[in-house]
Amino acid sequence: MPKDSGIGASSKRREDVRFLTGKGKYTDDMNVEGQAHCYILRSDVAHGTLDSVDTSAAADMPGVRGILTGEDFVEVGGLPCGWQVTDRFGEPMQEPKHPVIAHGKVRHVGDPIAVVVADTLAEARDAAEAIDVSITELSAVVDMAAALADGATKVHDDLTNNLCYDWGFVEENKDAVDEAIKGAHHVTTLELVNNRLVANPMEPRVAIGDYDASTNDHTLYTTSQNPHVIRLLMGAFVLGIPEHKLRVVAPDVGGGFGSKIYHYAEEAIVTVASKQFGCPVKWTSSRSEAFMSDAQGRDHVTKIELAMDENGKFLALRTDTMANMGAYLSTFSTCVPTWLHGTLMAGNYTTPLIYCNVKAVFTNTVPVDAYRGAGRPEATFQLERVIDMAAREMGIDPIELRMRNFVQPDQFPYQTPVAVVYDTGNYQGTMAKLLEVVDRDGFAARKAASAANGKLRGFGVASYIEACGIAPSSLVGALGARAGLYESATVRVNATGSISVMTGSHSHGQGHETTFAQVVSDMLGIEENAVEIVHGDTAKIPFGMGTYGSRSLAVGGSAMVKATEKIIKKATKIAAHLMEAAEVDVEFKDGQFSVAGTDKSVAWGEVCLAAYVPHNYPLEEIEPGLEESAFYDPANFTYPAGAYACEVEVDPDTGKVEICSFAAADDFGNVINPMIVEGQVHGGLAQGLGQALLENTVYDENGQLLTGSFMDYAMPRADDLPSFEVDHSSLTPCTHNPLGVKGCGEAGAIGSPPALVNAVIDALADKGVVHIDMPLSPSRVWAAMNQAG
Amino acid sequence: MSFNLKINGETRRVDADGDTPLLWALRDELGLTGTKFGCGVASCGACTVYLDGLPTRSCVTPIDSIDGEEITTIDGLSGKASAAIRQAWTEMQVPQCGYCQSGQIMAASALLAETPKPTDEDIDGAMEGNVCRCATYHRIRAAIHRAAEIQEG
Repeated sequence: MPKDSGIGASSKRREDVRFLTGKGKYTDDMNVEGQAHCYILRSDVAHGTLDSVDTSAAADMPGVRGILTGEDFVEVGGLPCGWQVTDRFGEPMQEPKHPVIAHGKVRHVGDPIAVVVADTLAEARDAAEAIDVSITELSAVVDMAAALADGATKVHDDLTNNLCYDWGFVEENKDAVDEAIKGAHHVTTLELVNNRLVANPMEPRVAIGDYDASTNDHTLYTTSQNPHVIRLLMGAFVLGIPEHKLRVVAPDVGGGFGSKIYHYAEEAIVTVASKQFGCPVKWTSSRSEAFMSDAQGRDHVTKIELAMDENGKFLALRTDTMANMGAYLSTFSTCVPTWLHGTLMAGNYTTPLIYCNVKAVFTNTVPVDAYRGAGRPEATFQLERVIDMAAREMGIDPIELRMRNFVQPDQFPYQTPVAVVYDTGNYQGTMAKLLEVVDRDGFAARKAASAANGKLRGFGVASYIEACGIAPSSLVGALGARAGLYESATVRVNATGSISVMTGSHSHGQGHETTFAQVVSDMLGIEENAVEIVHGDTAKIPFGMGTYGSRSLAVGGSAMVKATEKIIKKATKIAAHLMEAAEVDVEFKDGQFSVAGTDKSVAWGEVCLAAYVPHNYPLEEIEPGLEESAFYDPANFTYPAGAYACEVEVDPDTGKVEICSFAAADDFGNVINPMIVEGQVHGGLAQGLGQALLENTVYDENGQLLTGSFMDYAMPRADDLPSFEVDHSSLTPCTHNPLGVKGCGEAGAIGSPPALVNAVIDALADKGVVHIDMPLSPSRVWAAMNQAG
Repeated sequence: MSFNLKINGETRRVDADGDTPLLWALRDELGLTGTKFGCGVASCGACTVYLDGLPTRSCVTPIDSIDGEEITTIDGLSGKASAAIRQAWTEMQVPQCGYCQSGQIMAASALLAETPKPTDEDIDGAMEGNVCRCATYHRIRAAIHRAAEIQEG
């Protein structure tokens, strides 16, 4: 019988009441009295020296309050990078300054050059046209291989070259991996591209700066996944504003998918402009600006080699990757191709020897950073593609080949050769669950039926594993993170027993206001509606690291559990006092404290009231009030895993791929709200299938973005996708967090691209096609079919 | 210039240039922020409102092109179809971040009012202009079928 409330129940999302009536409060829905608007003049060339920026004519235009240029930010810090990567030779990465507004040089189309603040946006835009910008255009560096070639034009003149770092992992394994590959029975080699993506949350970024001269307080309203991180980065590293004088508010946020983690220039711009020009200043991104200023995702070029013995047992894996950083280092850009990628190269398998080389490259393109999955989709895609190719070359069934190499259920905790330790899992279990859902035996008949209609049918699978619940602070610190990655929660019990939970996690589509209330209400045995979740405002919540990397429940939820446990402990002391019993004899169940073996009991509400009206209270022992905080720093990552299957039909005349069915069997550990989890999987699958089938970010040789609008950048729409079969019943609870949860937000985007590509290659195998790079657009598929063989 | 627009049953005066898109008149001039900006080029559906009951992209509709038509926004949306859509949306937990949902609900309610028993093809045809980056499409499809049942009673 499914539960109707608390942990495990599909409680209705409380957020939906406001979202269904247009009452959500997103940043652009906010206006501060007296606000001016700003327009950002951006570079229309990818690379050039910024010879002069003459704002004199624009300054006299109607409505203009003031203009900022790169000169105004020379004395402040650049936008910081949060992760220091050390290269193969023990040297730190090359780390250029990322100016808030371009100074001296422009390095990508969209680089800010000047900011006009005016009474209206139209006036600001008109005045921007009167700014006289002189740029001497330089040749743009767009292709990564060309960027690394000797004598290539440098994106940053003060760096040695365009190589950010040359990273090897695990460096000590390199020679052994080379040897194993040399002597192996069979080596499968695949070169592939992981296409660059644009996150494109439906809500464009917005920032409002509001400075109060009477108190010297700054408020920044911004579309962020982590308001405290923005406060810390902008306050401490860019503008030098102490935390207590800077409040950052991220209200309802219309999707992030990673792109709203980072500290962006516009946040610093409106903060400075508000103080300098004496009025609140609002910036709303147009969609075109979003395409050239939001950090983009993926963009790896990889060669992967898998060595096997005669039975298909994996012996060694070697990968060489070029990872595009774009023109500057975005906040977490450097850890994506390294620690979020190399550490996952073991996948679900027992490959004993792995070496992963990554060269991170500067180019004259928009910065690249984490996008849903971040490093793990890139690892999974290359691994699951090369395994499928190996199965074909070896004449082994692709599922059988995976099963032969899976980590066995009795091998956990499993130490991989790439540093991480999987605490638990059952990869055979999710694969078996997947095969229950898909009718693989009926595939031959369906393929024959498709063939009778002139279509080519294919079936593909992929397994995946990811590292979520980011992350143990001491571990990531040793790996170069410039932050801790714990999470915080404060549980405030109000005098009549209702609860306010202040969390450092941030909800922008994940339904935290519902799920988190389920957890706390379940622990306390009270109504879900008696628990309110507060997030997104640094003035209200404890310092926390925010939401990304599928960490909110595993890390933020664990902090909430710890704080609630402290509440129960203190409330038990109060109850013992009220019942004149020993604390050890008091039991707490379903919102009621009772003394074992007696009829003595007090209700939750009575204990709460006693805490705030302490007339009969153990004041000598404990303080009045009932409010507790906790920080939770995870002991390990969590490791969601699963198996996906995709069936496609390809039209050989047009190359068009139709997804006939898609099934997902995931192990997320324990699940708090199944419907919310399934919704997250649907969304992840769609974004992964979008990458595989539709989405691509294309720059021409001059660094001009050719796919800079919703008419040029194809995202999945209603008629592109089938309804999905999803299952999360084959589960192994996480062993090291109190809820036994692993995280579900990114899984779909990680596992689905290889499943789809494997299915298409299966459909085209008879035509001699062995690989097609994503996206599998009709023209690419058609070309592959007609060029192969 | 000054324009009188009939919005959600009331006549509202807007002082703005005639080529101002209706979306910005609603959001910036009248404070009706339920209707959202997504792309500005009628490619995503976030800004969907009705003109005389017909779903229309307000981001590309200049206010001087509106000739007395009744404008309905998410803030004023009512009736049997939209009530059924909202109930089904809640039951099936359609929204995630919620940002595009004003437009989704406008489009879905219009479909259901016109086609009480839509097929999957009807749904895909009516909804393919509304982008949801959280990709709630799977649930939108199911919820429209559920709303059809609710509407039928």
